[in-house]
Amino acid sequence: MTSIVIWTVVVLAGLGLLLSLLLFFVAKKFKVEEDPRIDEIEKVMPGANCGGCGYAGCRAFADTAVKAPNLDNHYCPVGGNEVMKKVAAILGYEIKEKAPQVAVVRCNGTCENRPRTNEYDGIASCKVKAALYSGDTACPFGCLGCGDCVQACAFGALPMDPVTGLPVVDETKCTACGACTKACPKGIIELRNKGPRGMRVFVSCVNKDKGGIARKACSAACIGCGKCAKVCAHEAITVENNLAYIDFTKCKLCKKCVAECPTGAIHAVNFPVLPKKEVNNE
Amino acid sequence: MSKITFPIGGVHPADSKFAANCPIEVLPLPEVVYVSMAQHLGAPAKPIVEVGAQVKAGQVIAEPGGFISAFVHSPVSGTVKSIGPRKDLAGNNMTHIEITVEGDEWAEGIDLSDTLVTEIPEDRALILERIQKNGVVGLGGATFPTHVKLNPAPGSKAECLIINGAECEPYLTSDYRIMLEHPKQIIIGAAIMRKVLGGCPCVIGIEDNKPEAVRTMKAALAELGFEGIGIKVMKKKYPQGGEKQLIAAVMGREVGSGALPISVGAVVQNVATALAVYDAVQKNKPLVINTLTITGDCLPQSAMHNYLFRIGMPLSYIAEYAGGVPEKAAKLISGGPMMGKAIANLDACTVKGSSSILYLSEEATRRKAEQNCIRCGRCADACPMGLEPFLLNRLYKAGDVEALEQNAAQDCIECGCCLYSCPSYIPLLDNIRMAKGQVMGVIRNRNKK
Repeated sequence: MTSIVIWTVVVLAGLGLLLSLLLFFVAKKFKVEEDPRIDEIEKVMPGANCGGCGYAGCRAFADTAVKAPNLDNHYCPVGGNEVMKKVAAILGYEIKEKAPQVAVVRCNGTCENRPRTNEYDGIASCKVKAALYSGDTACPFGCLGCGDCVQACAFGALPMDPVTGLPVVDETKCTACGACTKACPKGIIELRNKGPRGMRVFVSCVNKDKGGIARKACSAACIGCGKCAKVCAHEAITVENNLAYIDFTKCKLCKKCVAECPTGAIHAVNFPVLPKKEVNNE
Repeated sequence: MSKITFPIGGVHPADSKFAANCPIEVLPLPEVVYVSMAQHLGAPAKPIVEVGAQVKAGQVIAEPGGFISAFVHSPVSGTVKSIGPRKDLAGNNMTHIEITVEGDEWAEGIDLSDTLVTEIPEDRALILERIQKNGVVGLGGATFPTHVKLNPAPGSKAECLIINGAECEPYLTSDYRIMLEHPKQIIIGAAIMRKVLGGCPCVIGIEDNKPEAVRTMKAALAELGFEGIGIKVMKKKYPQGGEKQLIAAVMGREVGSGALPISVGAVVQNVATALAVYDAVQKNKPLVINTLTITGDCLPQSAMHNYLFRIGMPLSYIAEYAGGVPEKAAKLISGGPMMGKAIANLDACTVKGSSSILYLSEEATRRKAEQNCIRCGRCADACPMGLEPFLLNRLYKAGDVEALEQNAAQDCIECGCCLYSCPSYIPLLDNIRMAKGQVMGVIRNRNKK
């Protein structure tokens, strides 16, 4: 009885030893030479595998970065300049620093601003809805509200506001990977520079209809009146196809256009609220 | 004679042809019309008139914007007021020409009389030119330019011309009414197309729920005494009017995946197209007038109509003239209930292919909550293309475009039989339509290389 147990253990141990030796030599013989820097780079990457850099995950980014002659086509929007500096240090390359960006939803067609003209009862998918028709409001350009962007966001930075029916960017979580900009069939979401202390001025509308039609569809629409472009001292605003656009590289955050816009389509965010004069009730 | 039908799939929705006994009435002209530049499949037409120009009815106001495109004519006489974007019935912007109506004067060379012209021109090129110049497009739903379809690529030969009088969509009665009221014109139109195609035999297929139409058409055919044209009665089944289904029913041939009907020697045209061809060739009259049905499950019988409309009439104008939108109407559809498009914007205007304004009640249209697939296979039984809708739905959700192509998502004809038959109310067609778009995109890109 005991001999069976002993034999079993010996045979199995011997077999194990034999096969492990075999594996050891095979691994030695057919070893794939890999640049050790790939592993190093992968370690400093955020590891979200979001694809925001344009490569299939962080490993693919590291793999191609090692082979690339410079880092012009490699930028990890999630890690930003800090991670890129580390990557550049490993590879001994220079990097061009980029201003940190954030996703911006350019539609303010809330349920209040933009009355519903019909009711959609199909699948809750913007892609399907956009393929069928222009949407349940009179604005054929605005947010469809089915949340394809919410699903596309790997960082949970784009929750849907149930009151307004619009997605809201959580700036603390948004990494500017750009997944939402690709998921939106209407092309509403744009990556814009975050700005100093997060201060940004942008046109929260993409409606290219003539002023009257746009205004009738949505009270917060850009009507292309051009007042903002006239008041802008930095030539940052262009009006094309009845729609104003603020170039974030030229904008100096003076906010003159914000006050000028008759429909309130231009939004200024993260500006410090000036302390109000205290009203004395007594 | 035994009745024919297509071999696989199909469903039997109640035919609800409530407006079948309403004779065609002529709609009075509105004050203003908006003529869309996208009246047909293919590239939008290009306007050739300027703002302020005086136009007569039947005058060319837009030229084809590509090989697959069509001429557009002014439906009324008057002044061009503006040319610019306007919302179509899906709410998307499209270039429209706005014309204010002044009188009703037609351009020269158009025969407006009712006399029947039975003599068919001998010259094939002349016939094709008239069809093209008069802007005739297929009126069976896809609005494909007719002159392109009647002029198959060299090497392919038409063996059978099928005239589609199936009108398998529930509710719609416009084709039925023209078969009753203009049978001879339709048959002459068919004879013209037969001639263009080199004298191949012609079959007019009519479903058996329209015995009156069969009788009238047969009597008209006997009176005219044309040879090579036959009328076949088909068993009522949806989607009998689908091009590939008609070919299967009439010729017993199957059109291969991604192939055109001409590959099996078939050309399919609608009865309304035949009528338009008659008008274009025999009367030199452009396609600016067509028939449309006002119907629905929430309309009283007295409010149902079949109207002769001019293109560019606002739908709201027609609805108002017909007695207004009924209170119970929850959904308005242009076209049939199975394949028609929901009207998101009643200010949109009629186009060449408009066939109805359908008012459906809440009970008839409200989608029910989606439940899990129970693998009953009804969708696969119902699919007239022999596809497996449940599988395509799952593959689309998984994003597997390669498998979608292998399972022929691109062959879907979007008839809606799967959605109609699903006991779990799964929105199969919505997803398969997206899948089809993806696969078609992949195929196009591959062919480009």
